[in-house]
Amino acid sequence: MRFRLHVWRQSGPDQPGKMVQYEATDVSPDMSFLEMLDVVNQGLTERGEVPIAFDHDCREGICCSCSLMINGIAHGPMKGTATCQLHMRSFKDGATIYIEPWRARAFPVIKDLAVDRSALDRIVQAGGFITAPTGGAQDANSILVSKESVDAAMDAAQCIGCGACVAACPNASASLFTAAKITHLGLLPQGQPERYRRALSMVEQMDLESFGSCTLHGECQEACPKEISIDSITRMNRDFIRAGVWGTRPWHWLFGVRLRRSDQLPVRSPD
Amino acid sequence: MTLQLDARVPTGPLGDKWNKHRFEMKLVNPANKRKSTIIVVGSGLAGAAGAATMSELGYKVKCFCFQDSPRRAHSIAAQGGINAAKNYQNDGDSVYRLFYDTVKGGDFRSREANVYRLAEVSVNIIDQCVAQGVPFAREYGGLLANRSFGGAQVSRTFYARGQTGQQLLLGAYQALERQIERKGVTMYPRTEMLDLVVIDGKARGIVTRNLVTGAIESHVADAVVLASGGYGNVFFLSTNAQGSNATAIWRAYKRGAGFANPCYTQIHPTCIPVSGEYQSKLTLMSESLRNDGRVWVPKKQGDKRDPRQIPENERDYYLERKYPSFGNLAPRDIASRAAKEVCDEGRGVGDSGLGVYLDFGDAIKRVGADVIRERYGNLFEMYQRITNENPYEVPMLIYPAVHYTMGGLWVDYNLMSTIEGLHVTGEANFSDHGANRLGASALMQGLADGYFVIPNTVGDYLASNKPEKVDASHPEFKAAEEQVAQRTKKLLSIDGKRTVMSFHRELGKIMWDYCGMARNEAGLQKALGLVRALRGEYWRNVNVPGSDVELNQALEKAGRVADFLELGELMIIDALHRKESCGGHFREESQTADGEALRDDENFAYVAAWEYAGEGKPPILNKEPLVFENVKLSQRSYK
Repeated sequence: MRFRLHVWRQSGPDQPGKMVQYEATDVSPDMSFLEMLDVVNQGLTERGEVPIAFDHDCREGICCSCSLMINGIAHGPMKGTATCQLHMRSFKDGATIYIEPWRARAFPVIKDLAVDRSALDRIVQAGGFITAPTGGAQDANSILVSKESVDAAMDAAQCIGCGACVAACPNASASLFTAAKITHLGLLPQGQPERYRRALSMVEQMDLESFGSCTLHGECQEACPKEISIDSITRMNRDFIRAGVWGTRPWHWLFGVRLRRSDQLPVRSPD
Repeated sequence: MTLQLDARVPTGPLGDKWNKHRFEMKLVNPANKRKSTIIVVGSGLAGAAGAATMSELGYKVKCFCFQDSPRRAHSIAAQGGINAAKNYQNDGDSVYRLFYDTVKGGDFRSREANVYRLAEVSVNIIDQCVAQGVPFAREYGGLLANRSFGGAQVSRTFYARGQTGQQLLLGAYQALERQIERKGVTMYPRTEMLDLVVIDGKARGIVTRNLVTGAIESHVADAVVLASGGYGNVFFLSTNAQGSNATAIWRAYKRGAGFANPCYTQIHPTCIPVSGEYQSKLTLMSESLRNDGRVWVPKKQGDKRDPRQIPENERDYYLERKYPSFGNLAPRDIASRAAKEVCDEGRGVGDSGLGVYLDFGDAIKRVGADVIRERYGNLFEMYQRITNENPYEVPMLIYPAVHYTMGGLWVDYNLMSTIEGLHVTGEANFSDHGANRLGASALMQGLADGYFVIPNTVGDYLASNKPEKVDASHPEFKAAEEQVAQRTKKLLSIDGKRTVMSFHRELGKIMWDYCGMARNEAGLQKALGLVRALRGEYWRNVNVPGSDVELNQALEKAGRVADFLELGELMIIDALHRKESCGGHFREESQTADGEALRDDENFAYVAAWEYAGEGKPPILNKEPLVFENVKLSQRSYK
């Protein structure tokens, strides 16, 4: 197989970037998309040009270092599949393929196709955890969790933190990412004590990172390689509003500019 | 022998050692903990768990990873599960049984006391993870579910679908992020450790390269913990991530840390076979699949029929035939060799003849496709995505691939290497799995080391050693920075004809052909020459494009492959010297009449810790004798 590639090249964060055209020849249909890029890079190196930078690591669809907008679709045309698990058999021989980085203000480009996604880590820092310092846990079977709850929690917990939801969203919102964590932890009994504080803090941090707001387009769940449902966003909004109603914040705060980190303030649990 | 290999195993009965040791270890008072800095290299299960826990205790922690986020460490890819001696199934499990299974599974080449402690704290790991919100699979009544794994006759494996590693790592990652927010941990993502700094015989810091800006920096600490993973990528094609590398442990080796049992590599029996030259990695299909899948090949040589057309009586379920009591759940080394054997006989399947079937037909008939989908759905999907075949209808095609390295830096009972203050945890050390690791034990070891062992033992080290104050202007730091910068410049200046990847691929092929599933004297000797020649060519003819002041992935890889070219040689030297077969190390010269690994306990019941002797000099062999006070050494049998 052979392809004509248009690849975003940008030498550094403050440099202008542009699309550059390359030919990919001798491509086997069994190659993964990233292996096809390896071959292109091998050719570039042999010709003395600088290879294309792109993030990748496990290549089995779980670490999600890989990203890539492929023909305008986050992770390419195959549903429920990360770029590293996409194979060239999904493309027509001779096709033209456009490859761009994730585009969002919160994800500045580092080089070519590699972007800085540390904003997602900071959202987790704001509250995406259960406070359980090592050593204090009781016997695991003393917490009963219904199979239905744990299965639903696992559906959300599968999020690999790739950022495709942000890249796909017309508002560049990180709502699906944030909601998936709030849903995972909020569905478990262990997650209840911090449930509302968590929702407040994480949503607030999301705003501070200059992600956009959610207007329920649903592009995120279409792009998600783990097919996480936007139902989790509804859950996040519900927890967030309840936290505001029962918490110490004035009502208008919920709809106004949110500037301060909430975890310094006491949040009363409605349950 | 020049290394001090004192394992510092506490005295007393096996079951009391860890408890007694915890009492005897010195403590650091909270005010002093705030004044001590600990460096953790790596953010996988061992690294993230260790960094978070030590920060919770009050230490200042600096944690480093080469990925863009600590959540991407390769622990995330572990699929099947984590062992723990909870005996929730009432099937006869106990701490002692887990200990025994692990020592036996490791073919009696691990240290009893370390393994016992691992089994002991395994139960705490599950409690800790559940408290963090890890969504382990559950029964309808709300209790935790278990599955079986290779090398055990009890069900002691806890799992979260086929993504157990991911969920455990996210638990540790979240604990780590919580500490980062509280300023207990400073995180350095996209940063690679390129040297260790030793001052007055003590590990005092590391030199790193910022992978985005290229800046070379020194970091000073009172203790250093390496949790940087294994070195399976020496083989180029493995189930490791592309970035997994041995640089941190290799630089420590060159600074004086003993490297133990480098030849012990695990070849995992169930991976998707190689499909072409361009291939960059191999994908594992979890061992848990062998709970329901049956492994077979045709009885006839060269039988090219569609597997569904081959009648039952013309199939050879060779694992069930050879190992009736463990069947398809025989340990990994044994299952891998059995697959190689049938392929060598010409009965392998698939285009290359290097494959065997893993068949779910019977299981689907027995419990239905829905139950199978619930158990392994994501694995089946992954298989289908890669191979374009539907495993619900056609048997999976699998073949062994490099998966894990049991060898690593030598550590004592406190997980401290032969360099004082340098601790090593997880896959990066050698301690718990002997010559073969059992399935679902890597996650257990990583978390045991990180959550429960290292936070205690590092404290003991800090309390017993009052390190002098040094800063990054110390001549040793400056010298190390200079060396790192020189080496980087050298790699960029060679400007040869071959890409880094082509060298890596060639090294991998040499290692796989001669130091892989079966090894012999002549082959290893040949490989030694080939690797040395390849390394010579590398430093004359490698082409590394770009500069050192930007994100340069070719340069990162070039440094790692340069280290693999040296480590590969040490693996071959170790494999040559160990003339017995044990676990994953199979010397063709040493086998039983029916082709099983034949140990030589009289001559080889020791840990081989290799010591760096200087550029161009052969490494020095040091031995730690293995003493078995509780387990009787026997020919390992799974028949």
